[in-house]
Amino acid sequence: MTAYTSPHVAPATWREVVGRVFAVGVRRRVDWVLVAAVLVLSAVGSLLVWTSTHTPEDPAVAAGYVQRHLVHLGMAVLCGALVASVDYRAPRAYAPVVYLLSLAGLALVFTPLGEVVNGSRGWISVAGLQAQPAEFVKVALILATAMLLGEPRDGEHAPTTRDVVFALAALASPMVMVLVQPDLGSSLVLGAIFLGMLSMSGAPVRWIAGLLGCGLVAVLCVWWFDLLQDYQLARVTTLFDPTADPQGRGYNANQAIIAVGSGGFEGTGLFQGEQTSGRFVPEQHTDFIFTVAAEELGFIGGVLIIALLTLVIWRVLRVAAGCEQPYARLVCVGVATWLTFQGFVNIGMTLGVAPITGLPLPFLSYGGTATIATMVAIGLVLAIHARDRGFEHA
Amino acid sequence: MRRIIDPRSEGGARRPRKVGLLAAQILVVALAATLTARMWYLQVPMAEHYQSLAAANHIQELVVPATRGQILDAQGRPLVRNRTELTVSADYHQLERSPDGGEEVLRNVADLLDVPFEELQRRTRLCGPDVSRPCWQGSPYQPITLVEDVDARLALQIMERREDFPGITAQQRPVRGYPMEDRAAQLLGYLQPVTQEELEEREDLRTQFTGVDYVGRDGLEAVYDDELRGTSGVRKYEVDSRGNVTGVFSETPPEPGDHLVTSIDERVQRVTEDALAKGLESAGGPADSAAAVVLDVNTGHVVSMASLPSYDPSVWEGGIDQETYDELLSEDAGDPLTSRAIQGQYPPASTFKVTSLAAGAENGVPLDKTFSCPSSISVGGRSFQNYEGSGHGSLSLHKAIVVSCNTVFYQMAYDMWKEDGGLSPDEEPEDAMTTMAHDFGFGEPTGIDLPHEGSGRVPDREWKREYWEDTREQACERAERGYPEEDDPERAEYLEQVAEEQCADGYRWRAGDAVNFSIGQGDLVVTPLQLARAYAAIANGGTLHEPRIGKALVAADGTGVTEIESGEPDKLPVSDRTLDYLRSALADVPRKGTARGAFGGFPLDEVPVAGKTGTATSTGKKESGWFASYAPADDPQFAVVVLISQGGTGGAVAAPVVREIYDGIYGFSGPEDADDAESADGDPDDQRGSEPALPGGEPPTELPTVRSDGSIVAPGEPD
Repeated sequence: MTAYTSPHVAPATWREVVGRVFAVGVRRRVDWVLVAAVLVLSAVGSLLVWTSTHTPEDPAVAAGYVQRHLVHLGMAVLCGALVASVDYRAPRAYAPVVYLLSLAGLALVFTPLGEVVNGSRGWISVAGLQAQPAEFVKVALILATAMLLGEPRDGEHAPTTRDVVFALAALASPMVMVLVQPDLGSSLVLGAIFLGMLSMSGAPVRWIAGLLGCGLVAVLCVWWFDLLQDYQLARVTTLFDPTADPQGRGYNANQAIIAVGSGGFEGTGLFQGEQTSGRFVPEQHTDFIFTVAAEELGFIGGVLIIALLTLVIWRVLRVAAGCEQPYARLVCVGVATWLTFQGFVNIGMTLGVAPITGLPLPFLSYGGTATIATMVAIGLVLAIHARDRGFEHA
Repeated sequence: MRRIIDPRSEGGARRPRKVGLLAAQILVVALAATLTARMWYLQVPMAEHYQSLAAANHIQELVVPATRGQILDAQGRPLVRNRTELTVSADYHQLERSPDGGEEVLRNVADLLDVPFEELQRRTRLCGPDVSRPCWQGSPYQPITLVEDVDARLALQIMERREDFPGITAQQRPVRGYPMEDRAAQLLGYLQPVTQEELEEREDLRTQFTGVDYVGRDGLEAVYDDELRGTSGVRKYEVDSRGNVTGVFSETPPEPGDHLVTSIDERVQRVTEDALAKGLESAGGPADSAAAVVLDVNTGHVVSMASLPSYDPSVWEGGIDQETYDELLSEDAGDPLTSRAIQGQYPPASTFKVTSLAAGAENGVPLDKTFSCPSSISVGGRSFQNYEGSGHGSLSLHKAIVVSCNTVFYQMAYDMWKEDGGLSPDEEPEDAMTTMAHDFGFGEPTGIDLPHEGSGRVPDREWKREYWEDTREQACERAERGYPEEDDPERAEYLEQVAEEQCADGYRWRAGDAVNFSIGQGDLVVTPLQLARAYAAIANGGTLHEPRIGKALVAADGTGVTEIESGEPDKLPVSDRTLDYLRSALADVPRKGTARGAFGGFPLDEVPVAGKTGTATSTGKKESGWFASYAPADDPQFAVVVLISQGGTGGAVAAPVVREIYDGIYGFSGPEDADDAESADGDPDDQRGSEPALPGGEPPTELPTVRSDGSIVAPGEPD
């Protein structure tokens, strides 16, 4: 380890953290646009969690959800700030550990600590606290992949075949473990993150083309050999015709589109949505929270959310573009791919243009682990922005 | 791990990666734009479509049936009313939500009411393609009926122990009540659950029905179904995705159906039914059915109408079970669903002589001459006899009616037949008798406001030709083959002869046809209602009314009254002189003619009765007795016709029933104690044995009044 391995710079006290965040901000090394966009999205998300869980008979229910969401959000912002405040190279040092820990978390799901929610063994529950290891795996995979593809060997300026093979190996175990939970959505996110990072790593084009080809062949195999579960197949078929079985498989898709469409241009207003208050869309405070926005805030609100999300991704990619170090750039690319894939597939499924997968909408959906994981990812990007800005930003 | 940074190589790689990142940024914006476009499509051009879908989602419509109107008699007394019964019902959603699917609750109900648990469980399933009865045909937002007609004490227990019976309620439900039991059953009709075919046929029903509704299936309930039903209300509930009702969105209250005020008099109906039942019973033997009609001669309104055998229409309540239904249709029951008064078709026999006499009188037969009444005459090689073969020498047509001489009318018909050209008729034969039969309203339905009315049959030349064309082949085959299966060789030969005749020229209007027709025999058949209407026309001076039972429809709160119109009446083409002649002859029948025995002791001076007996014969059966009448003969008010099928002669079986009906209407004591009354001192007041069914002897002209609170006041009484 030479010049680029930094000393351990973890902050010792809260005061130090606050001081450091403040100092970094003052030195205008914070992407305030990114921060603002993320905070506005989170605020809108909190509102949507409130309205989507609101029941006139029992205001305490919604209050409980909002309270928990705000606690999650507070923790998440804190974690994000913490990550943002340290040198991005510190987490890099722990990347293998983080990766192994996340694998352990995934393994725990299959122990008695694991819990089945909505047919998927995706949760662990300890002392009343629940967590979704798959969310942390996304961050861990970004770090591990960036490490393997973003630190070219001596004499190389791009990942070699060996690097790619190692990276593939690092992808394989979490992806398989998530897939058997089963959580098709999250494993697709992992695959997307990997492909996005690989394509921006400068790895040989044959690898990228080859992997895309393999993916295509895999999809075709699944199709031909009937490897999908019935419900998974149904999610794809209802994508093409949501009205085929409106009370059964197509129910979610159908009700989501009704909720979105009935919002109209201006929306019904917060707490006024009839689809929302009637709970016609299942999981409307988590996976289907966009339908609440579209119904109650209308086209205006929907566009605002899509625009803010695009702005966040844009800023992350802008940070990536400014990165001196391949590792740092790849981390940003990973985060951008993650947000893009998960955000747009989530919105797309509520609009009937993507199959229904159990993915939360970043920054908006209720859910502690997911919120913390995304904020940590944003923290990573902010940290990179603060320290690795290349010459044109200096 | 060691690395050497080579700025050149790094810088060289950076350019393409920058391009890649730019491409990624463009891709992200393009994706966002795609989603925005899709959202625009859903939320702007398609917004209305999805808003209507959302509304359909969260609004559940429940049809609230209207209270059916009552059927009232002319005095406002209920003939069919709504009685309430207690039913125990369950809330579908509440059962669904309970952890065991409502099993425990249903077991409690089953224990309390002593019904099988499985039955209750089956009743709470919603009917569907795979779920057959018993199941719930209605909406899950309606209370599901578990048990009907529950004892009030048990129902109370359910309401008191709410905690043991979550989702279970006891409710009062209106059901049809028949205070007259089996009286006027065919006339009133009944209700049955609506069928799919009926829903498809009647557009207006489709929007109104919830799947558990009833429609009138016969009688007045069917004819006035729309008016009695009223308009269903709609209650729109707001519901959430689990079907929980979260509020009432809007409510259109049901409009209760109108009450149907009929011209039936409940007491006269009772008198009629009871007299008829007694008459049928005392006729004994093969007597199988009977009918009676009482008309208001001045309006054509039906005052009472009875048909036996009858049944209690309450068997239809709540859906008839198969056993009872089979019983109703069994041979033993004697077809109680058919109203003999409007559907039964019988030869009118001698009651038809009024028509024959009118036909003769209007075609040149002198009313002031005398005619010979031999015991038989020979026409076309066949002998036609008086009833029981007795002769009366020479008599007037008046006397011929009073003693019911057949041969006078045979001769009259034969003469008229010959005038028309006999077997080779003129270009346009007069056919005075068959024409007059049509003019008296026979051969076509009267147009009464009841379904399935029979038309009777006037066998004129036209009918004979049609009949011959239809049956010629069989007749010719019989003419060829004979009747080898017939035991009596004489009869077999006769039948073969008839068949030969029928095969060769059965279309001909023969002398025998004309002769038989004149005394209401042969192929001529009429319904009791047709005959009553004809006699009413004779009584009222020749007006042939379209009979009506419904007088008016009155709104349940009394605000609206719609009178029921009847069609334009016809006029008998008979001169006043002939009608006067007929009336005076008919008035002598109960005094000194064929009905003398039946009217023994009846105060004819006070209420003179005019009428004619009839005894219809058909081979292989006992004769059926008629009495067609009207009263009072000097100022007619009622026409009364009674038929006892296979009961015996009209004078012996039918006339006593008619007399009893008049007794009841006017409140005279019956024939049993008539002797005592006569022996007292002849004061007519003494002969009033009981309360008259129709005080004053006149049906009311006013309608009963319905007060705004729904109570009903008899006509003439203060509101």
